[in-house]
Amino acid sequence: MAERYISKEKFTRILDRLMSRYRVYGPVFGGMYHDFEVLKEAGDADLSFRNTRLSPKGLLHPHSERMFEYSLAKDDPEAGIVKEAAKEYPATLILGIRPCDARAFQLVELNYVTEAFQDPWWRNRRKAAVLVGLACNEPCESCFCTTAGTGPFDETGLDILLVDVGTGYVARAVSKEGGTLLGSMEGDAVPSDLTEESARLQRKAEGQLGKQFNVDDLKSKTVSELFNAPFWDEVQFSCINCGTCTFLCPTCWCFDIQDEVYKERGDRIRIWDSCMFPLFTHHGSGHNPRAQKLQRVRQRFMHKLKYYPEKYKDGIACVGCGRCVKHCPVNIDIRHVARLMSTSCTCPA
Amino acid sequence: MRAYTERIREAAKRLLTEKRVDVVIGFRKGTIPLVNEPFLVKDPKDADQLYWDGNCGVNLANYLAKRTDRVAVVAKGCDTRNIVVHLLEFQIKREQLYILGAPCHGMLDRRKIAGELKGKEPTFAEESDGTVKISGREFEVTLDRKEFLQENCSICIHRNPVLYDELVGDLVEEQQNVDRYVDIREIEALLPADRWQYFSKLVEPCIRCYACRNACPACYCPTCFVDESRPQWVGKSLDKTDTLTFHFLRAYHLGGRCTDCGSCERACPVGIKVRKFTKKLEKDIRELYGYETGLSVDERPPLDTYRPGDPEAFIK
Repeated sequence: MAERYISKEKFTRILDRLMSRYRVYGPVFGGMYHDFEVLKEAGDADLSFRNTRLSPKGLLHPHSERMFEYSLAKDDPEAGIVKEAAKEYPATLILGIRPCDARAFQLVELNYVTEAFQDPWWRNRRKAAVLVGLACNEPCESCFCTTAGTGPFDETGLDILLVDVGTGYVARAVSKEGGTLLGSMEGDAVPSDLTEESARLQRKAEGQLGKQFNVDDLKSKTVSELFNAPFWDEVQFSCINCGTCTFLCPTCWCFDIQDEVYKERGDRIRIWDSCMFPLFTHHGSGHNPRAQKLQRVRQRFMHKLKYYPEKYKDGIACVGCGRCVKHCPVNIDIRHVARLMSTSCTCPA
Repeated sequence: MRAYTERIREAAKRLLTEKRVDVVIGFRKGTIPLVNEPFLVKDPKDADQLYWDGNCGVNLANYLAKRTDRVAVVAKGCDTRNIVVHLLEFQIKREQLYILGAPCHGMLDRRKIAGELKGKEPTFAEESDGTVKISGREFEVTLDRKEFLQENCSICIHRNPVLYDELVGDLVEEQQNVDRYVDIREIEALLPADRWQYFSKLVEPCIRCYACRNACPACYCPTCFVDESRPQWVGKSLDKTDTLTFHFLRAYHLGGRCTDCGSCERACPVGIKVRKFTKKLEKDIRELYGYETGLSVDERPPLDTYRPGDPEAFIK
């Protein structure tokens, strides 16, 4: 696929032009941390960021999504008929998405866009979006993407990968759409020393990450062996059952559906939900199969590290972005838990 | 504060070996710098994992409500005040508890430190003599500890445990002449519409993860009002009214019960200054009833009792 060198000066001009063709999301510093926001000016994007606090999953799967609407007015002949809420899907460009987060989109799609079922809102937004990712020259200390099966320069989920080589970006088209987009950008042939520099940055970044746990060892254990393992008692103790880990996670896809009615109008909305919340599994009968904290904590790790690989015959349902590691208020570290699961020993981290 | 670690370990081993308690709740060193993990020890041989430094901001009283066993707990000033709240609210019995009082020097604010590092990643942090040395790949900085405390710690006037069975360090000098409500007075001075605007803006980043609530030792209701489903009182989306309702009601539930331990703010993944709500109520309770939460087990909190002299200016 095509490769180009784009100087930073040129890149700002290109971005300006792209903003007239696309709704461009980029990492914006809000005073305490970065998050993806619609860029109003090219200069709003801060590509020197590490990663955004919230994952970009919210761009395709917002926290609260109005799916359907209905009327309950007595004299309305269409009362009680649930209709899909009108939405627009403008051409979107996600600038600076990290390779791990782009890979996470693919994992979510295994559930949201299948042959049997297509989630229209995710699918339409994803189809309208082009992902111009940014390689991680300096992964965070809490990152473990290479362990999770992706990497700081992984192109898999992207349309274009940018590598910051100091004075500019080496841009590599990954998909056909990325090729077309890159073709429309002015740029130069990549000088051979910058190709070498890009490769050096990749080796350096990958070298910093190391192997945090062994996914194959997780696969070789049986579900019941892990489910009944004694270490869950230790892992669960500090958990406060908040939704930080699941809400910050780029691959957590669970949601709740609620009807909200005001006077004669109703909306059916989809809202992020979390397996950490007792209400998540609270049955209408009043019974709760995961009434205990231990059961909920175990579910999160078992889903990501055991049930998912088993069901989808894939790697783990985690891309190693490290958000949960960094922001868990009580320092529950998935890398430590994965080590406990793969070795079933209770050695300290 | 390193010395605390040895004394906590020694006490834990002794209390468990002598079967004085069933479990010890403290901290172990975190897997990343500037965070430690609440840790429960049952076996004396695990006691050497216990640890103490300026990253023990989590309020361990949060792990005590409704326990039925005998517990030794390492407790800072605010933790002991929340234990007092638990005792007053019958969440645990005094005779179940063995309190290892930890006079506190204030806990570090990892987010403030992250701000100072401007994107550089710490791999190692160590405290000594009022400084914090932080290093990472190709950098090292030494910070003045007191400049990087959690905001609630910097205005704390009860660093010493108010209730304990034994101390794991010498009592510290309490901070004097602290003006606790500078920020609250500024909010009070706003016109109602501006104040509404202020609070609306404050909770804008909220993602309804409930980390603030779940980190709070006083939030122990078996079912929180936002989790009631029959009927459901509060909507679950990011609708402004619902989100504000959650924050307002949660704060009101904490009137006269909040010790300003800062757990809520510390836990919030999106950096909301949640204490702006609870501090206003703390100030009101202090001004109306002259009551400071969690200092005495012998006095009922003002909102669960009646005295003939109680202010009634709000009845009109």
